Amino acid sequence: MQKTTLVKFLAALLVTALAVPALAADTIKLGVAGAHSGDLAAYGLPTKDAAEMVVAEINAKGGINGKKVELMIVDDQCKPEIATNVATKLVSEGVNIVIGHICSGATKAAIGIYKGAKIIAISPSATNPPLTKSGEYANFYRTIAADDDQALLAAAFATDTLKAKKIAILHDKGDYGKGFADFAKAAIEQGGKAKVVMYEGIQPGAMDYSAVIQKLRNEGADLLIFGGYHPEASKLLSLMNKKKIKVPFIGPDGLKGDGFLKIAGKDAEGVYATGPKDVSKLPLNTKAHADYKAKYGKEPGTFFDQAMAATVAALNAVKVAGGTDYDALTRALKTSLVDTTIGKIKFDAKGDAEGVGFSVYQVKNGAFVEVK
Amino acid sequence: MDFQYLFELLCGGIVKGSIYALIALGYTMVYGIIQLINFAHGEVYMIGAFVAFIVAGVMTLSGYSGLTVLLLAAVVAVIYSAAYGYTLEKIAYRPLRNAPRLSPLISAIGASIFLMNYVQLAQTPDFLPFPELVPEFEFMAPIERYLSSADLVILIVTTLTMAALTVLIKYTRIGKAMRATQQDLVMARLVGINVDRVISATFIIGSVLAAIAGVLIASRTGQINAAIGFVAGIKAFTAAVLGGIGNVPGAVLGGLVLGIAETLGAGYISSAYEDVFAFALLVLILILRPAGLLGKAVKQKV
Amino acid sequence: MAHLKRSFGIGLWFMFLTLPLVVVRVNTLSQEVQWRWSNLLWVGVGAFAIAWFWQFSINRRAAGRASTVADKPSLAQRLADDPVLSRRVLLGAAAVAIVFPWLVSTGQNFYHVNVMVSALIFVVLGLGLNITVGLAGLLDLGYIAFFAVGAYTYALLSKNFDLGFWTCLPLGGLMGMLFGVILGFPILRLRGDYLAIVTLGFGAITKIVLENWDTLFGGAAGLANIPRPELFGLLLDGRQKSVYSYYIVLALVALTIFVTNRLKNSRIGHAWMALREDEIASVAMGVDMARTKLSAYALGAFWAGLVGVVFAAHNNFINPDSFTFMDSAMVLAMVVLGGMGSILGVIIAALALKLLPEYLRAFAEYRMLVFGAVMVLMMIFRPQGLISDTRRKYDYDGADGANGEGDHGGK
Repeated sequence: MQKTTLVKFLAALLVTALAVPALAADTIKLGVAGAHSGDLAAYGLPTKDAAEMVVAEINAKGGINGKKVELMIVDDQCKPEIATNVATKLVSEGVNIVIGHICSGATKAAIGIYKGAKIIAISPSATNPPLTKSGEYANFYRTIAADDDQALLAAAFATDTLKAKKIAILHDKGDYGKGFADFAKAAIEQGGKAKVVMYEGIQPGAMDYSAVIQKLRNEGADLLIFGGYHPEASKLLSLMNKKKIKVPFIGPDGLKGDGFLKIAGKDAEGVYATGPKDVSKLPLNTKAHADYKAKYGKEPGTFFDQAMAATVAALNAVKVAGGTDYDALTRALKTSLVDTTIGKIKFDAKGDAEGVGFSVYQVKNGAFVEVK
Repeated sequence: MDFQYLFELLCGGIVKGSIYALIALGYTMVYGIIQLINFAHGEVYMIGAFVAFIVAGVMTLSGYSGLTVLLLAAVVAVIYSAAYGYTLEKIAYRPLRNAPRLSPLISAIGASIFLMNYVQLAQTPDFLPFPELVPEFEFMAPIERYLSSADLVILIVTTLTMAALTVLIKYTRIGKAMRATQQDLVMARLVGINVDRVISATFIIGSVLAAIAGVLIASRTGQINAAIGFVAGIKAFTAAVLGGIGNVPGAVLGGLVLGIAETLGAGYISSAYEDVFAFALLVLILILRPAGLLGKAVKQKV
Repeated sequence: MAHLKRSFGIGLWFMFLTLPLVVVRVNTLSQEVQWRWSNLLWVGVGAFAIAWFWQFSINRRAAGRASTVADKPSLAQRLADDPVLSRRVLLGAAAVAIVFPWLVSTGQNFYHVNVMVSALIFVVLGLGLNITVGLAGLLDLGYIAFFAVGAYTYALLSKNFDLGFWTCLPLGGLMGMLFGVILGFPILRLRGDYLAIVTLGFGAITKIVLENWDTLFGGAAGLANIPRPELFGLLLDGRQKSVYSYYIVLALVALTIFVTNRLKNSRIGHAWMALREDEIASVAMGVDMARTKLSAYALGAFWAGLVGVVFAAHNNFINPDSFTFMDSAMVLAMVVLGGMGSILGVIIAALALKLLPEYLRAFAEYRMLVFGAVMVLMMIFRPQGLISDTRRKYDYDGADGANGEGDHGGK
């Protein structure tokens, strides 16, 4: 076994060392970057599937403006330092436009490299607000709404619909979770209808959160807003149920998926989560899901719709621009309205998609249902 | 001062600390005998939890439920963890018995990476829901504020396990052999103790304790994945050093002190700095007592 | 025959061992159990083959032990020992290193240069830790913290005070050194593994503080838009920037090698080694324990701080995820796998440990598994590391020289 591994390794080394970038011009090179292995692979793989499906369909129809689309799929494991390496790799190999990255941290690390090379990146999932709102990255677009939007929604839902007065906010200290928590805190304090009685970070992956739960009860919180991903959320919920602490629990779209339902089980019942607006009734969306099911035999995962939309929008822009020139693509993305799995979209001046938003969902009988 | 809150936190701290103590015992026993930081010990704990998850899953789906599942899952987990601990020692540490001091440590780190990825590949890198095997006891309802049913089971089992371990070390043949080996490995061999067997036994006992901890904590938090061993391992190791590494009662005391310190720090100050309290306490105690709480300062022989 | 029987038994044992984890998979969502019996067969066959091979190699190793070590040093060892040959190899390596970016990067393809920059950064880290662990024998499991100190020093100074890369480079090193001394003081009394856990704790604390104190350090989101190294105000494109970073770290590597080499044979270097071998004896001989230990910490940390600045500048972006315990363990592994105290060994190990996972990406799923296994195997078959450190020996060839022959192969 050792020997074959070595031989394979040497072969791989040779191939990578000798690979001359394929001559460009005859294909449109679409990069797909995201976590395809590691802890967060579940968030990245659906995007890869979506891009493959869209590209297969377009190539079957003869490509765009007579050129075939070629996919360049790279794995960043959601780690910033790997993201810079794979971004460099894509740029080196002459990528024209990139779908990705998946995680905000990795996106931030990679986006500067694309910016330097005048390459546009469209992320289906990087929700960190400054990516678009700071105006620093003119080459960045996304087909999902930013974190602050969903945090505002969560805060309004907590104070107006659920009429909470003493709100506890917890986060996993990560980029994504803390961003959500910070915006929710600011919105609640500004609204003045409720008090934030507790605001704290928890150590992700820790064995036990009982201290923070005791504290939550001690502070008399009547609602918990949590910023983070599903493993920590379900751990908190499980311990809260064991301690018989029943307060409404609101999470961000990181919870709104099968991963959370699967691992939290019956503890998930009644939990609220914000998530992208329900688009499952749109004809394009229904078709994409049916196609996916026919091909893979299961429902598509998280960010699949957004990834479909990003890929379609990217390729549409190439078509409208009649090439892959940076300025022409920019103009096309910002002006040409395209029909996608998340509705008819184009991008605003900062790179956010117009017409996408969030709604609140609740777990009922083991499934997320939109709260009207 | 709010005494009810303090008491709640203390209870939580003791439960957490007793889990740390169970895992720390494995570190401390191995260290006492061969002066090796067994970094892969956390992985053995994780494997225990995974095996229990698999057994419980298969049994639940075949229609069994309740205490039978818990017991059988725990027994199989213990057997497998022991087997893994034993094999680990044979492969990764025994050939290095006379190597430079840092070599076994690197071997241990390598083994830890290997085992974690092995489970990730053979099972899944995702989080898995661990079934709640401990039923809700009616009589716990009045004091649920302080201790849940799962907490109670954890406390009972850890106390029993530690009592059994004490008896084993104090009164049995193998226990005496272990203590002799710990004092002086060469001398023990000279008086006819099979040192290799004692070391194997130490690894097996440590792994059994880790497996018990794995099953208990997994059924309390309700989830496992292949990375849980790493976090728990580092904390338990800290507990072992805090109490004085190589010292069995020290590991228990260290675990409890660490658990309580973390819980109080998180409860009164901020949970974001929970790990900082743990390590700051460690540094503080080691500065005052360089050999840990119960460790004896060893006179170095010249 | 006995071997075969034993191997068969081992095969069976591993089949038992892997039974639940490799065969059964419970899908909790669809409430199904998946039985993958074929895997078991592979495990059995694989374990049998490996066990057979294993016994063969262990026997060979035992046979090798019996004959004197000095008889058959490995190729690498011979290379390191022979001054003429090693100088030639060194010159050759230096030449290759200098032309490397021009060999592998064509047009805008600078992926390999970037990978090499990351690897060389770790070479400097390995050489720095080699001072603390390899020469002075102070086990440090939180070394990456000093690396973080350097990286954040540059990020913050350039962001808040607009200081340039070349101003920050020495400052980063000095900050690392300062932290080394600050952390070194309270733990002077600790020995061996107590030291290990305390340094591990310091590493963890550093990371948590970086994560939590977001007004200063940017929290988990990290700090972005860190300026790349400047070159007389010239505007460089992506590839040129990478090549420039490459030469900067290459120069740092050369500097580290030079300094470590000189330190090793200096008064303080001998004091470190004496302390490593026997603390009490060396203190009795008049070695100032506190000063010697602190200087080992400070000098080790200095390099980490220095190269941390390069890391931040090269990546443009830093966040606490790059400074985990696993990274500390990785640097330590470089030192031990390479051979404690041996400069060449550490360089080879650092390059191997950083480049293998990068180019093994093709087998993404298995690479960490193989990596862990290789670490264990390396230690079993070469516990002293790739190239064991050779010390300057002063042989006394007196009248009874013939009797003293046996001692030469020792430490």
